[in-house]
Amino acid sequence: MPTDMIVATDLSVGYGSHAVVDHVNLRLAPGTLVALMGSNGSGKSTILKTLVGLLQPVSGSVSVLGDVPGSHPARVAYVPQHSATSETLPLRARDVVAMGRYARLGLLARFSRHDRDVVDEAMHTMGVSSFADKPLQSLSGGQCQRVHLAQAIAHEADVWFLDEPTAGLDAEGRDTVTACVSAARERGACVVVSTHDIDDAREADIVLLVAKEVIAQGSPREVLTDANLRRMYGFTGQH
Amino acid sequence: MTDYFLAPFLDNEFMRLALLAGFVTAVICAIAGTFIVLRGLAFIGDALAHGVLPGIAAATLLGVSTIVGAAVGAAVLVGGVGLITRRTRLSSDTAIGLLFVGMLALGVIMTSRSESFAGDLTQILFGELLGADSSQLAWMIGSTMAVGVVTYVCRRPFMLLCISRDLARANGFNASLYEALMMSVIGVAILASFQSVGTLLVFGLLIAPPSTAALVTRRLHTMIIVASISGVVATYSGLLASYHYDLAAGASVVVSASAIFVVVFAASTLRRRQLSGSHPAVAHGGGHHHAH
Repeated sequence: MPTDMIVATDLSVGYGSHAVVDHVNLRLAPGTLVALMGSNGSGKSTILKTLVGLLQPVSGSVSVLGDVPGSHPARVAYVPQHSATSETLPLRARDVVAMGRYARLGLLARFSRHDRDVVDEAMHTMGVSSFADKPLQSLSGGQCQRVHLAQAIAHEADVWFLDEPTAGLDAEGRDTVTACVSAARERGACVVVSTHDIDDAREADIVLLVAKEVIAQGSPREVLTDANLRRMYGFTGQH
Repeated sequence: MTDYFLAPFLDNEFMRLALLAGFVTAVICAIAGTFIVLRGLAFIGDALAHGVLPGIAAATLLGVSTIVGAAVGAAVLVGGVGLITRRTRLSSDTAIGLLFVGMLALGVIMTSRSESFAGDLTQILFGELLGADSSQLAWMIGSTMAVGVVTYVCRRPFMLLCISRDLARANGFNASLYEALMMSVIGVAILASFQSVGTLLVFGLLIAPPSTAALVTRRLHTMIIVASISGVVATYSGLLASYHYDLAAGASVVVSASAIFVVVFAASTLRRRQLSGSHPAVAHGGGHHHAH
C-alpha cells in the first residue's frame, strides 16, 4: 500500500488559539477524492486552509506529503474561492493558467518549452484554448472557473485542494469539474474539495460532514443519511 | 508651430531638466502606481505621500537631506500602521487614517512654527519641477532603475499578491516579504518624486496614469508601459501649458494626467457601446453573477 499523502491526527483548526473545528482525523492515500461538506461558516474552508499551510493548526498534528503543510508548494495545487477582485486584473486566460507553473519555477527560472507545453495542454484539457488571449474579466463565471482549474492542472500537483469548485456553476460547468478531478485522480493525485452540494459529495470516496465539528466521516453511503444531514443543517442553519 | 511645441525646451536649460525629471517621475510612478491600483493600496499610498511631510520638515530644520527625512517619515508611518493593526482590533484603514492625518498635521505645525519655512511648505506640497538639477536627476534615475529591477524580478509574487495573499503563500512565496518589497517600491517612488512634483501631487501621478492604463490594457507589462507613456505625455503637455500660460508646473502635469484619464475613459466607454451596439452577442458572453 502506498504511503498516505495527507495525515491528520486529532487536528483542531481555527484562527490563533480559537478552534473552529476540533478532532479532524484523516489518512488519505494517493488517488483519493475527499469531500468536506458543510454549509457556509461550517469550518470546511478553515480545514482546507490549514491543509494548504495558510493557517497554523490550533492543536493536533497534520502532515501533507510527509511534512508540515506548505512545505511542498510545487506539489500542491490550491484553487481558492473566487472573488470579484481577481477579475479586475490585467490578465489573459493564458496568464492565469501559466501561474500554475510559478510554484515550480520560483522567482527567477524562465518558462521553458516544456512549461509552455504543459500550459497549452492544460488549457486544451479544460477546453479554454479558444479564449486563451481574452482578458479574464470578459469571461463568464463558468469560463473563469475552467481557467482556474486549468491552472491547477498546469501545476502538475500530487495533492489538490479545491475550495467550492462547483459553486455557481451550471450542469455543464459541474461536468467539467468532475472531468478535471477524475483526470487528477488517474494520475494518482489526492484531491480534497469543499462543497455545500450533496451531489458533489456523492462522487467522493470519503465524505466529512462538517458543522463546527466533524459530524460524520466515511463513504458517501454511510455518511449522507437524512439523520446526519439534518444534524449538519441544524447546527449552523441553512444559508 | 514648432516654436510653440519645442522652443520652450530647446531654449531653456531649466525646462529641459524639468522635462527630464518629469519623464523619470512619470516612469517610476507608473511602475509603483500600477501595483497601488491593482492591489487597492490607494489609501496607504496617499498616506505615505503625505506622511513624509514631518520628516521633510524636521530634516530641513536640522539641515540634513530632505530625502533622508522623508524616508524616516515613511518608515514611521508604515511601521506604525503595522504596529497598530497587529496590537489592536483596529483595521489597517483606521490605522492609516489616524497616522496619516496626525503626521500631516505635525508637518504643518513644524513648518508653520519656523520662519524659514514661509515659502517652503508650498514647495514641499507642490514640488519644484522647474528647479530640478542634475544631481537630483541622477538620484531619480537610479531609483527608477532600482524600482524597475525589483519589480521585474518580483513580478510573479507581485502578480499573485494582486490576486490574493493566500495564493502567493500557497505557491511558496513569502507573502510578508513581497508585500514589504512592494511597499518599498511605492515608498522609493514617492521619495524619488516628491522633490519634483511635491508630496501632494505625486499621488496624482501614482494613480491617474495607471488608472488610465487599466482601462485599455490586459497584461501587466503593457499596463506599466501604457501608464508610463500616459505619464510622459502628461508631463510634456503640463510643462508646455505651464510655460506658455504661466501656470504652476507640477499642478499642470497632474491636471494633464487626470484629463488624459477622462478622455481615455470617455473613448473606451464610447467604443464599448459601439461594439455592443453592432455585435450584441460579442459584448459579454452570458456572464453569471453569483453572490458566493
